[in-house]
Amino acid sequence: MSEPVARADGTWVGASVPRKEDPRLLSGRGRYAGDVARVGELFAAFVRSPLAAARITGVDGAEASGVPGVVGVYTADDLGLGGLTAALDRAEFTATTMPVLARDEVRFVGEPVAVVVADSAYAAEDGAEAVEVAYEERTPVTTIGEAVRDGARPVHDGLPRNTYIDLPMFDDPGIDAVFDAAPYVVEVGFASARLSALPMEGRVCLAEWDDRDDQLVVYVSTQVPHQVRTGIARCTGLAERQVRAIAPDVGGGFGLKCVVGREEIVVAALAHRLRRPVRWAEDRQESLTASFHGRQQEYDVRAAFDGDGRLLALDGEVRCDVGAYSAFPFTSGVEPLMAATELPGAYRVPRYRVRARGVATNKAPTAPYRGVSRPQIVAVMERLMDKAARRLGRDPLDVRRANLIDDFPYTGVNGITYDPGSYRESLDLCEKTLRAEGWYERRGDGIGIGYACFNERTGYGTEAFAQRKMELTPGYDISRVRMDPSGTVTVTSGTASHGQGHETTLAQIAADQLGVDLDAVRIRQGDTDLAAHGWGTFASRSATIGGGAVQLASGKLADRLRTIAAHLLEAAPADIELADGHAGVRGEPATRMPIAEIARVAHFQSHRLPDADFGLEADASFDISGPGTFSNATHGVVAEVDRGTGGVRLLRYVVVEDCGVVINPRIVDGQVRGGVAQGIAAALYERMHYDAAGQPVTASLMDYLAPTAAEIPPITVHHLETPCAFSRTGAKGMGEGGTIGAPAAVLNAVNDALGTDLETVPATPEVILDALERQA
Amino acid sequence: MTEEYVQDLQPVTVTVNGTAHRLTVESRRTLADMLRHDLGYTGTHLGCEHGICGACTVLVDGVPARACLMFGVQADGREVRTVEGLASGDQLSDLQQAFSDHHGLQCGFCTPGFLMLAEAFLAENPDPTEEEIRDVVSANLCRCTGYQGIVEAIAATAKGRR
Amino acid sequence: MKPASYAYHRASEVHGAVELLAELGEDAKILAGGQSLVPMMNFRLARPTALVDVGRVDGLSYLRRSGTELRVGALTTHHAVETAALDGFGVLPRTARWIGHYPIRARGTVGGSLAHADATAEWCVLAVLLDAVIVAESVRGRREIAAADFFLGTFTTALEPDEMVVEVVFPRPAPHAALTEFAQRKGDFAIVAAAVSVDLSPGGRRCDGARVALGGVDATPVRVDAAERILTGAEPGPEAFTAAAEAAAQAIDPGGDIHGGPEYRRRLTRTLVARALAEAVS
Repeated sequence: MSEPVARADGTWVGASVPRKEDPRLLSGRGRYAGDVARVGELFAAFVRSPLAAARITGVDGAEASGVPGVVGVYTADDLGLGGLTAALDRAEFTATTMPVLARDEVRFVGEPVAVVVADSAYAAEDGAEAVEVAYEERTPVTTIGEAVRDGARPVHDGLPRNTYIDLPMFDDPGIDAVFDAAPYVVEVGFASARLSALPMEGRVCLAEWDDRDDQLVVYVSTQVPHQVRTGIARCTGLAERQVRAIAPDVGGGFGLKCVVGREEIVVAALAHRLRRPVRWAEDRQESLTASFHGRQQEYDVRAAFDGDGRLLALDGEVRCDVGAYSAFPFTSGVEPLMAATELPGAYRVPRYRVRARGVATNKAPTAPYRGVSRPQIVAVMERLMDKAARRLGRDPLDVRRANLIDDFPYTGVNGITYDPGSYRESLDLCEKTLRAEGWYERRGDGIGIGYACFNERTGYGTEAFAQRKMELTPGYDISRVRMDPSGTVTVTSGTASHGQGHETTLAQIAADQLGVDLDAVRIRQGDTDLAAHGWGTFASRSATIGGGAVQLASGKLADRLRTIAAHLLEAAPADIELADGHAGVRGEPATRMPIAEIARVAHFQSHRLPDADFGLEADASFDISGPGTFSNATHGVVAEVDRGTGGVRLLRYVVVEDCGVVINPRIVDGQVRGGVAQGIAAALYERMHYDAAGQPVTASLMDYLAPTAAEIPPITVHHLETPCAFSRTGAKGMGEGGTIGAPAAVLNAVNDALGTDLETVPATPEVILDALERQA
Repeated sequence: MTEEYVQDLQPVTVTVNGTAHRLTVESRRTLADMLRHDLGYTGTHLGCEHGICGACTVLVDGVPARACLMFGVQADGREVRTVEGLASGDQLSDLQQAFSDHHGLQCGFCTPGFLMLAEAFLAENPDPTEEEIRDVVSANLCRCTGYQGIVEAIAATAKGRR
Repeated sequence: MKPASYAYHRASEVHGAVELLAELGEDAKILAGGQSLVPMMNFRLARPTALVDVGRVDGLSYLRRSGTELRVGALTTHHAVETAALDGFGVLPRTARWIGHYPIRARGTVGGSLAHADATAEWCVLAVLLDAVIVAESVRGRREIAAADFFLGTFTTALEPDEMVVEVVFPRPAPHAALTEFAQRKGDFAIVAAAVSVDLSPGGRRCDGARVALGGVDATPVRVDAAERILTGAEPGPEAFTAAAEAAAQAIDPGGDIHGGPEYRRRLTRTLVARALAEAVS
């Protein structure tokens, strides 16, 4: 086992310390929700709709009840649970309620209609097959065009024109005149396919009722345990404290698990009702088709440029196909609103008009998949830049340079203030790297170079989330730090790691504050009983906001340790230094005591304390005001296209990114690389395809093409550092950047290689061959 | 109707990481489920149950096997190695250590499958090229890492063993 | 995705296996490597009432030269073929590398692949290309089925429900043969697979005979006469290869699926046939 090694100055933040999570995960001793077992546990399997739109006219569980091993069959009426209503407090948004089990209507293939409980997962599936559901089939709407047409069949009654939200977010009455007068107008019509975040672990939960603590204990593979608690409490009528949600080791989430799933609520309710542990594990087919999707969007955007390539105005419309329900609590408004608000991105846009639309279709609901709308808005802007460059006969990077924000703080026409970043510097270094490696000499004959230059909003605090007007407004985080009598520390956080290494990074922050060894700090998160409240991990908030709270709380405890040490060492608290597991007096190297000794005294010899403040515990909350903090990056890609097959090979991938202060460089690199892999997937490989009858056709990993190591090139990551002035640690979030830049950069590289103008992702071989054929 | 649900129970004697087990399972019980739920070796994970993702990879008589594509009864009389058998007590194997050193895991869910795949591969190919390593890594899916750390970890292990 | 229940039987020799098949009826299936069958069972798309596990049957894993023939035992794994040195039949090990990934090749078998009859499966395409003979056994005895008669449709072969593949015979060496395929990801089922075998005149300046087979453009692998006729008597080189590839693209009538429409498969055919020919003569 490698020992963690601090930096030369003894601090942990900034060091690539080995992850504390690794030994157990590598030994197969992780504890994922599916690994927790209970005596007498039962297994649930869901009966799901085979139709995209239908009325349910009857559910007959009689035969299923007779299947060996089946304990019960339950419908919506049997369970009597409330539904999940995700709402935005804005007139333009229409809320819908997602029943935990469909009662009268099914609205997408895979929607759960009934649940079977049995003594094994195998028997539960046997039982689910035997449930007979009668449907009156209806014609589904499966595209935005179909959904908003006059006379289109409604996905929900009370949702006019199948539109959850239709908002001219920014208006500018004079903007048409700007376009009329502009020397150059460039248009982009971009479309991105529906995707699955595809965490390797599907959704899982195990629920049991605990009489002693009068609560449901729910082990659940989630990014948002407190929000799961709220969802379960709401739908069952239990009080919040009567639900304990525990996210143990979670096998990835990427946003699919940052909303509350109806199945989790049903399983919890069953455990409560039956007074027996009930578990459920979604299989891959369910995960792909019947959980949550994301990113299916269409853009019609035009940009006006002056003769020097400077943007004069940006005008457009974004339409998001967000499926049959609003997911709780983010709602189906999240994609269109983010797209419209942040389209200008890293560029100065003097005049802006945009319309944001979120449309309901008879497909699975959507959740915020890593990057959410950012991969698409960046693709739109980066296509505009490349196209403008071609029109103007200029270098595409120079057109970008003419428009990148370079004077901070910058408040854009969208009302967002961007804190300092290194937009131009990252572009310069990325270009320099590719040039120095000789890629420009290899360009041509099927080899192209593409860039994406972008910023990434992270660390949304309460104020930023409040702009969205969600009923549940996330933002703050709370941390509690407690030192035990042996001098080791437990830190709680409201965040919920699912691969990001918080056990390590948050411990690095706390260890620096307390002057203890990294091994002396244990992070506990993901448990609603342990963290006073929290919002979980999504939207790149954990290092900034979670880290900020940990830093503040451990700072407070450090102050307390200094006060006690000062008393015991007969010095002034301001002269006490905590380092290397010891409290010492500045300027007196011989006068010091182990921090563990302070802890022992504080607990067992409290009569020696300077005051009557017992225990060694501190808590703090942290929030970021304003819009959040912006990381930035430039991706540079070299792509080779096989003109005979349409296949694309990525020859080189360089990322120059700036996320402020880096807590653990190795972990940051890992986040970038994993994000880029998902972005490449979106650019070239993945799409969740529905046919005209609303059947999800890409329903297994044979057809949903998640890339392997053969499709993902080595990725070089260079770091710049523009610290965040207000996150306490100086860190910005960065977990989504890799996914955000890749589709744009890859698409641009493919277009550069072929001289085409592809504006859809994924750019599959068929799409590429079609484009080449049209060119010929 | 009941004959459709014939519960066909089969005796299985299997050695897992050197420990002998005797149990009775339904013939349709996959090796993955038998290991995880009947024998408690929860380190082997299920990511797809149709043989694509490789998260469930174990070794059966030294040969890599996707445990979701085998029935437990097929392992009767065989020696199975799972991820739990790689470390010696608390001492991680060189391969496991390399995965940590090179950040070849994030959420850890796919990791046991990659470890067992690499074990089998390196036993047969002790001196692989980077291309050959990337080629074998392409057998399994990872959603978190982008694969680079995994490729580097296997390369470092091979080098260390030479 | 748990399979439906079935009755498990284990055979230790072919004799016992075919007796069990006869006894258990037409909804019983052979379980060999399981790499094709078990996923279908997990999806509950395949629901055999019984399985006869032949994984421990000895004597069915071999690569044996016999005169000009190569005889391959049905339980030979793809990996065993991949790692074999087969002079004159080098196209087999080279082809094996296209099959899935290492763990799939380590357990999947040649016989299992042929019996499964996926039109894009490499062994199926090669069998059709090289006029292989599939040997099946049942309680009624041994039967030899020519590859041209073996594949009847999607996942459908001429095997009777109680027959078991025991061997596949490749009748003569194919020193100038190649198979190439395209799929978006490494290891995926081919969208189109093109396999060719060329008989060159002693100086190598003329094709005396040619075979061209395609997988993925029809319900079974197909030979393409039009392409073969262009090659026969022609000088091997880009001109003939391009013409043959074009003829192949025109001769087929592929369907479309989520990977692409008919025109896409035609374009792939055009590319892959030409590349396979170039590889075969290199």
